Amino acid sequence: MRKKLLYYVLIVMSILSNLNANAQDRLIAGKVVDSAESSIPGVSITVKNKKTAAISDAKGEFKIKATTGDILVFSSIGYSKLEVPVSTATTINVVMTINNTALDEVVVVGYGTSRKKDLTGAVTTITAKDFQTGAITTPEQLIAGKVPGVSIISNSGQPGAGSTIRIRGGSSLSASNNPLFVIDGVPLEGEGGISGASNPLSFINPNDIETFTVLKDASAAAIYGTRASNGVIIITTKKGKSGAMRVNFSSTNSTSSITKQVSVLSADEFRAIVNEKGTAAQKMMLGKANTNWQDVIYQTAFMTDNNLSLGGEVAKLPYRISLGFQNQTGVLKTDKLQRTSLSIALNPTFFDNHLKVDISLKGSMQKARFAALGAIGSAISFDPTQPVYATENPERFGGYFEWLDKTSATGLVNLAGRNPLGQLEQRFDESTPQRSIGNIQFDYKFHFLPELRANLNIGYDVSKGAGTVYVSDSAAIGYVAGGVGGTNNTYKQTKQNTLLEFYLNYAKELKAIKSKFDVMAGYSFNNYQTTNYNYASYNAAGVKYPNTDPAFPFDKPENTLISFFGRANYSLNDRYFLTATLRRDGSSRFAPANRWGLFPSIALAWNIKDEAFLAGSKVISALKLRTSYGVTGQQDGIGNYDYYSYFALSAANAAYQFGDTYYQGYRPGGFYSNRKWEETASKNIALDYGFFDNRVKGSIDFYVKNTKDLLNNIPQPAGANFTAFIVANVGSMENKGIEFNIGTQIIRTNNLTWNLDFNATYNKNTITNLTVIPQDKNYPGFPSGGIAGGVGGQFAFINAVGFSRNTFNLYQQVYNEAGKPVEGVFVDQNGDGIINQDDLYKGKSSVPKVFLGLSNSVNYKKWNLGFVMRASFDNYVYNNNFSQSGVLNQILGNNVLYNASSNYLETQFKGNSQQLLSDYYIQNASFLRMDNANLSYDLGKFLKNSNANLRINASVQNVFVITKYKGLDPEVASGIDNNVYPRPRTIALGLNLDF
Amino acid sequence: MKLNYIKIAVASVMVLMTNACTDKLDLLPTNDITAETVYKTPLGYKQALAKVYSAFALTGNTGGTGSPDIPSQIISDEGNSDFLRLYWNLQELTTDEAAWTWQNDAGVKGLKEMSWSAVNPIINGIYYRAFFQITLCNDFIRQSSDENLSKRGISGTDAENIRKYRAEARFIRAYQYWVLMDLFGNPPFVTENDAIGATLPKQIQRKELFTYIETELKAIENDLLAKGQNEYPRAEKPAAWALLARLYLNAEVYTGTAKYTEAITYCNKIKSASFSLHPNYRELTLADNHLNTTENIFMIAYDATHTQNWGGTTYLTHGPAAVPGDISGTSGNWGGLRHTNNFVDLFSDESGNTDQRAMFYTVGQNRLMADLYTGTDGYSSTKYRNKTRTGAKAPNADPSGNWTDIDFPLFRLGEINLIYAEAVLRGGTGGDLATALTYINQLRTRAYGGKTTGNITASQLTLDFILAERGRELYYEAHRRTDLIRFKKFTTSAYLWVWKGGVANGRAVEDKYNLFPIPSNDLSSNPNLVQNQGY
Repeated sequence: MRKKLLYYVLIVMSILSNLNANAQDRLIAGKVVDSAESSIPGVSITVKNKKTAAISDAKGEFKIKATTGDILVFSSIGYSKLEVPVSTATTINVVMTINNTALDEVVVVGYGTSRKKDLTGAVTTITAKDFQTGAITTPEQLIAGKVPGVSIISNSGQPGAGSTIRIRGGSSLSASNNPLFVIDGVPLEGEGGISGASNPLSFINPNDIETFTVLKDASAAAIYGTRASNGVIIITTKKGKSGAMRVNFSSTNSTSSITKQVSVLSADEFRAIVNEKGTAAQKMMLGKANTNWQDVIYQTAFMTDNNLSLGGEVAKLPYRISLGFQNQTGVLKTDKLQRTSLSIALNPTFFDNHLKVDISLKGSMQKARFAALGAIGSAISFDPTQPVYATENPERFGGYFEWLDKTSATGLVNLAGRNPLGQLEQRFDESTPQRSIGNIQFDYKFHFLPELRANLNIGYDVSKGAGTVYVSDSAAIGYVAGGVGGTNNTYKQTKQNTLLEFYLNYAKELKAIKSKFDVMAGYSFNNYQTTNYNYASYNAAGVKYPNTDPAFPFDKPENTLISFFGRANYSLNDRYFLTATLRRDGSSRFAPANRWGLFPSIALAWNIKDEAFLAGSKVISALKLRTSYGVTGQQDGIGNYDYYSYFALSAANAAYQFGDTYYQGYRPGGFYSNRKWEETASKNIALDYGFFDNRVKGSIDFYVKNTKDLLNNIPQPAGANFTAFIVANVGSMENKGIEFNIGTQIIRTNNLTWNLDFNATYNKNTITNLTVIPQDKNYPGFPSGGIAGGVGGQFAFINAVGFSRNTFNLYQQVYNEAGKPVEGVFVDQNGDGIINQDDLYKGKSSVPKVFLGLSNSVNYKKWNLGFVMRASFDNYVYNNNFSQSGVLNQILGNNVLYNASSNYLETQFKGNSQQLLSDYYIQNASFLRMDNANLSYDLGKFLKNSNANLRINASVQNVFVITKYKGLDPEVASGIDNNVYPRPRTIALGLNLDF
Repeated sequence: MKLNYIKIAVASVMVLMTNACTDKLDLLPTNDITAETVYKTPLGYKQALAKVYSAFALTGNTGGTGSPDIPSQIISDEGNSDFLRLYWNLQELTTDEAAWTWQNDAGVKGLKEMSWSAVNPIINGIYYRAFFQITLCNDFIRQSSDENLSKRGISGTDAENIRKYRAEARFIRAYQYWVLMDLFGNPPFVTENDAIGATLPKQIQRKELFTYIETELKAIENDLLAKGQNEYPRAEKPAAWALLARLYLNAEVYTGTAKYTEAITYCNKIKSASFSLHPNYRELTLADNHLNTTENIFMIAYDATHTQNWGGTTYLTHGPAAVPGDISGTSGNWGGLRHTNNFVDLFSDESGNTDQRAMFYTVGQNRLMADLYTGTDGYSSTKYRNKTRTGAKAPNADPSGNWTDIDFPLFRLGEINLIYAEAVLRGGTGGDLATALTYINQLRTRAYGGKTTGNITASQLTLDFILAERGRELYYEAHRRTDLIRFKKFTTSAYLWVWKGGVANGRAVEDKYNLFPIPSNDLSSNPNLVQNQGY
């Protein structure tokens, strides 16, 4: 492109130089076209250092007054600025090229940066301008639906709830499939939950985030060794910028409400069934009220999220300070979350830019009250004919209606469900967790050898989770006969994770051989230390329950990871690229013999566009082929000290009497000394493309990932170990897939632009081995996905060789002529006349094969309209609400009455426990969801004599879902739908003020 | 100058790094310790022995629930995973003595109906519970070998005590192998000679296992302390004798060869070791039943403060349907256990006024078990009461009324009287009918409150009478299934009780149900195992 531009400019200049100079202003006419020779309207043309200006018309033509020797400046959004000197000619035609900053953009990769142009691995970067907008409170939701190959499903509608994130299907079967998060160079702990916080990422203020970089293939991720198999997400926060102070204030206020309730019997339907089929005693239990318990427990929630940031430079010290305050209630009554966050970035440079120092400190405090989530299930099953508040003995049990039994010591029916609202309002589960992540990074460019850089990064991640659970003495949920029951407990946990990293980087360009080298080698030390404090249990009055003193006041689990790593980049002629990485990881979690692992990767890329045969193409503006191979590891899901057998002392209330003394016993733990990380070998082949000056661009990736030494919790032969199940390295699995994304600028005029980005992912998961002796035909696979409500030990899935993980393994339902399922009648798959486990068949899987993301943005003058949609296909969900409670037994089979799913009206099932294993309950959960729709208006400089910019916006989150699924919400990460906290629809108004 | 500082800084960082060497990777847990530490002191041995014993009583390392011994993949509700609740359910819910109301509770459905499969959580639960305790015993026996004791410098009285512990661990292992032999026939077999985590256990045939148990019990007979010499409730010689007596009584079932004479031999050993029936039947199952030292032979000790779990006698006290908390001495009932009407039929007077062992709770309960899963169908029981003899609370009583203090008799003298009589009737030598009649009438006199009005004559002493008397004397003490199998009445049509085989009036089922299937879990992880016939 550049060559071509230069060529045009040279022609223009040579013509001009042949003419005589004339120092008078004269009218110059011309035309602005793009490289495809179509005219560009709306280009601003100014004369440098003068006030003269003009704009090109619809045909791209312009007229402007200028003098020979002046310089015309052409500028237009989306194009590179162009300066053309005026000679004696009266016509100046110019060609503007599309701004290809995308290729010059610098991308953060592990331990360094890379030009996007030079990338050899599968790396996707999403910057702030492309984030999801609206009332978003946790960072990962900013990029939901934005990255091909990355599935992000929010876990629930609870304030601050986390998400299930899967990059290329994950690499593990039973252990962790969570990617590694690296925030400003600080890798977070894999299983990084914090007591009293629903989601460890919720401590990061989304407003502080500049970019997400997702490392998907082994070439990009292998530099993170044993933690890289599930991909890496690097979060970079906003930094200080030089220049005058800018202040940004943003505020978002929203209201949320649930869109759908779990369908249960109405009070009248319920009454009719009990009156028809119940015993005399059960009919007596019926109440006179009509209570929709789901209406009782849910509410309209509010949120306010306010952020103030200051950035600029003081005494040559670039800084950014941001303060965030967020306060929200949940749609489930009593759920509350407050977050105050502070983030400071200081980015000074010293010694003539030879030493760069980046200091980043982020701190966040939450104040939360967690609703008793059991109330969600209770509201679905509580008798709808009973009132919310007691009419009889209202002074007892907080005034809530409860099932009473005069003969029992507590006055309550033993083991009966308790009032859903009472469960919420009488339990105070409150916490004040805190977290701070920070680091200081020195990057020194050697004075005597500027090609050599040394980088030292010292970081920490400390958090404290502390809270209390209080249940009053009179609450039915904690009632003890005679009083002084209840709960008044405390919990506390602290985490101290430290990081020290050092690397040297040498970059050299050898023009003679058209080569560039970039070599890096480093060392890293990560220590993760948690302290869990143990406390006795107390009753509501604060008196200790006897013998609840913990055996130990605290426990301090800890693990350390020591690594050596290196990377070499070589490029020839800016066309051929080679990247090789190597990491050696040592983890304290493994026995000394298995402790160290080597994780190599290699990648090649070919910039085809720059080859002679494509250089002249007007259609193809970018074309690059990338291939990579590498090995990564996965070590989460392994206990810190699992490699040797240790003994645990039992608690004081689990002691045994010998004579007059009660002895606490020593229990040996399971023993599997050879445990090591899971290992994934990945191959990736991809093509990056761009057409028509990159107005259409994107990439397509094909990948294969083979994981071996899967960490599976497998049964131990009885008698062979201290525990019946143990996590062992057994089995292998394959993920194959295609990722495709395309971004287009459909319309680009001065007043109107329309951008559409689309991505699609296909991933096929196959388990390839599960046994020590490979391909053991006798091994049927192991079950997962426990079904609630049955006889226990009933599972919906099987993980078996040749099938995807989470493949349904159920009985095939038999239907009558009317198309209704017949209870307990299933297809006898093997025809032996009996229905037993041999008749379970492997069917669909709960894992989606295809998922799509679509982002749309239309700009018209000062208006912007955007939306994000996500879709998922070929995924199925087991509707456990239907199966567990859609039966007569649910209503009449217990000591008190319980409400049933309306599915009972369909099936009339009585409640045979085998029926839970019917494929009738598998439902297609493919869906199309509009995550977000957003309308904003840019007032621009709305005040005279001020630089202040104002933008206001309105957005809707969770706009609609189109699905065949009959339950509450088709997005169920586990594939088993059980009393989920509903994801609400949120309507938000916001403003953003910048000055 | 500044440059130099930087160079020095960089150099020192690099030095630091090389020093931050790999021994940083050797981390140890804060509270959990290794075998070497546990077995360093005599107290450590005793605490390891405490776990060996408490594996009978508890579900895990935390009172109530929280740290299970048996993983949730085997049995999802930890509260159901203790030895007694699992064993009791298999011995009682499959028979005329008991039914459980909540059919959706793990593994319940199919027991009464005799249609269980190899994936039943209760069947799997007892299997893995027994092996958990056996594995603990194996390790303890290994750790307490004479070689290990001398290696760790433990000698003298300490070593003597530990040898006693070792004999007790062998007794407990023999007991659990007996449980596995009785329930599963041909289980896998491991001893202290098989290393942990390295062996694929071989399957043992029932006959060989019988010989092993017999040999073990005889081998440790002399190492165990005599009656009254040990700390309560640790095993003494009579415990081994009682297990031998029970083993021999059922020998024909296990091996095809009757051993009634040997059964009598071991009953006599017990009888001559200063035992006598505790005078009051009611007091056998109260919170202070540990005081019944003349009758108790081997007990599982529960304590509402120190030994808490949701199974054991907590289950037996809360379990019976409808029994008010003020009668059972708890916070209330779980609406679960009821007797079949066939069991109630064993008592000619159900009121409890004559035969006081009839402890039925009948208020609001139908005598007929018209429906298997209706809590009001079938009389309930008040046999287990968490109160002392005076009606007071136990010393360590739980204020919330959840946990109980009643100890459970795995062996008590009443059973020995019955074994003796049955072995004599079945042709065993070394005993006589007159003594047999005396032993039976001792039980009946106690049952009738010291009156002889319930006593029987020699002609009334038949095998059928023995089975019925075992029902009356030992019901809810986890004997019934074994007894019915010995009398060939478990699967056959010789005795039908309601809901046997899943039909209201009862029906015979296949003989395969005399054994439980080996859990399919273990079949797939241990290729040495062959499933029991018919499953």
